[in-house]
Amino acid sequence: MLLSCEHVRKTFGSAVVLDDLSLEVDEHQVVALIGASGSGKSTLLRCVNLLTDIDDGTIRLDGEDITDPRVNPDEVRQRIGMVFQSYNLFPHMTVLRNITLAPVRVHKRSAAETREQALQWLDRVGLADKADSYPDRLSGGQQQRVAIVRALVNSPRLLLLDEVTSALDPELVGEVLTMIRGLKDEGMTMVLATHEMGFARQVADRVVFLDGGRVLEAGPPEQVLGDPTEARTRQFLARIIEAGRL
Amino acid sequence: MSTELHQPSEIQRGRIAYRRRQTIRSVLLAALSTAVVGVLLMVAVTGAPGWDRVKQSFFSPEVAWRWLPQILEGLWLNVRLLVVCAGLALALGLLIATLRTLRGPVFFPVRALATGYTYTFRGLPLIIVIYLMAFGVPGLRLQGTPGVLVLGGAALVITYGAYLAEVFRAGIESVHPSQLAAARSLGLTYRQTMRHVVLPQAIRRVAPPLLNDTVALQKDVGLVSLAGPIDAVRAAQIGVAQDANYTPYIVAGVLFVLLALPLIGVTDWVTLRAARRQSAGA
Ligand SMILES: Nc1ncnc2c1ncn2[C@@H]1O[C@H](COP(=O)(O)OP(=O)(O)OP(=O)(O)O)[C@@H](O)[C@H]1O
Ligand SMILES: [Mg+2]
Repeated sequence: MLLSCEHVRKTFGSAVVLDDLSLEVDEHQVVALIGASGSGKSTLLRCVNLLTDIDDGTIRLDGEDITDPRVNPDEVRQRIGMVFQSYNLFPHMTVLRNITLAPVRVHKRSAAETREQALQWLDRVGLADKADSYPDRLSGGQQQRVAIVRALVNSPRLLLLDEVTSALDPELVGEVLTMIRGLKDEGMTMVLATHEMGFARQVADRVVFLDGGRVLEAGPPEQVLGDPTEARTRQFLARIIEAGRL
Repeated sequence: MSTELHQPSEIQRGRIAYRRRQTIRSVLLAALSTAVVGVLLMVAVTGAPGWDRVKQSFFSPEVAWRWLPQILEGLWLNVRLLVVCAGLALALGLLIATLRTLRGPVFFPVRALATGYTYTFRGLPLIIVIYLMAFGVPGLRLQGTPGVLVLGGAALVITYGAYLAEVFRAGIESVHPSQLAAARSLGLTYRQTMRHVVLPQAIRRVAPPLLNDTVALQKDVGLVSLAGPIDAVRAAQIGVAQDANYTPYIVAGVLFVLLALPLIGVTDWVTLRAARRQSAGA
């Protein structure tokens, strides 16, 4: 098992955002987190990446308790890649520098080798000619693909994707989803929060439905999305269908 | 591709001609109103009953010529002092601002000291700091006390460091938290995040106000004359006392303005560029 969350609790003041949440992700598995806005999807991903402290429970990566206060969070994050809804590229750096920053500074790899690898990646996702552009000259879909490459060049064990397409125009969503599908075929382990039910059905091995910070239902996509057992899940999916997103 | 070949339509040609006529009109209007204001000012000043005496004691070419070399020599001191003090004050400001961002109980004393420093020296008048440094510190009779010039310069650095620290801090706080999250998620340490992600963006954003404070510093460098060193202001003061004529002050003033012009030009240019970038990025 690559990642396991055991009885995780997270509160903001008096609001309980994650409540006794448990979740397991095997190597090479793709898990889709679905659920209404505010159900805790982003918070869970941020907790796994140690961007915020949890209030109870344990999170393990490769069996190691990463929520132990003696663990160095920087070292843990080096093994986890994360991509955000709003891309969060560094605006003062070219695309190439955005990608090579962490490999060179954190992983202490040679600049030439990293550059070579970054250019190969950019070429693969059709952005070879953008290497020296600044992020504000790129479309949303291009920026998001750069952000994914930026996470991938560090060869993470686990990739966390937080609604990576929801800031994009419909015609740009496809190019990002194609890239993620390619990663799945290569065996990348991913946890992705998404509102794209069609995509979750295609790419996920398991779909996890979060409701009020708890896992209400989890299972293969056909079951959770096609034949949910819980009334809340059915309600949620009905609303999604109404909005034309399934 | 075909922009060179594109022939503007009738409508676009009409627009271009109209804009050109408008531009010519506004240039003519501006020239006319400038001339009118200029003549009125001229008449008001030179027609004033005391103009002849003012001209004598403030705008005497002979006096100006006699003291120009000394004032220039003094100005050279100002320039050197400005360069050194501006550099040190920027470094101090950046250091203090960075210290104030440190989190965790270990850094509490550091944070408290840095905060206390910025509060104190932004409130304390520069003249008092100069007096305290130039006359108070030597009074301690410590071994190896530096000269008044260094002490006066230190007063400038300490005071301006506090202002610049606040400017830097505003810049640091203007960098969106999502940038920090992105940097940390890549495994960058806090220090690497500050150095490669936060500070470069912060400094770019506050470059205009930083330069503006540097222009203010270049004027205040003249205040070290209070402590004794012969800078341009002090040289002018000597001239005024000897010739019983205020012209040397005017000479020093004009030189200060000339000295500031390039810096002001750079500031305006940087501000404009920053504004352009903002509107392009939005
Ligand atoms: N830093 C914070 N401080 C206080 N409350 C927060 C904070 N971050 C998140 N929350 C709250 O936690 C709850 C869960 O938020 P979260 O962002 O995890 O939801 P989400 O499932 O990702 O929603 P969405 O689909 O809209 O992205 C929300 O009620 C939110 O208001
Ligand atoms: Mg979210």
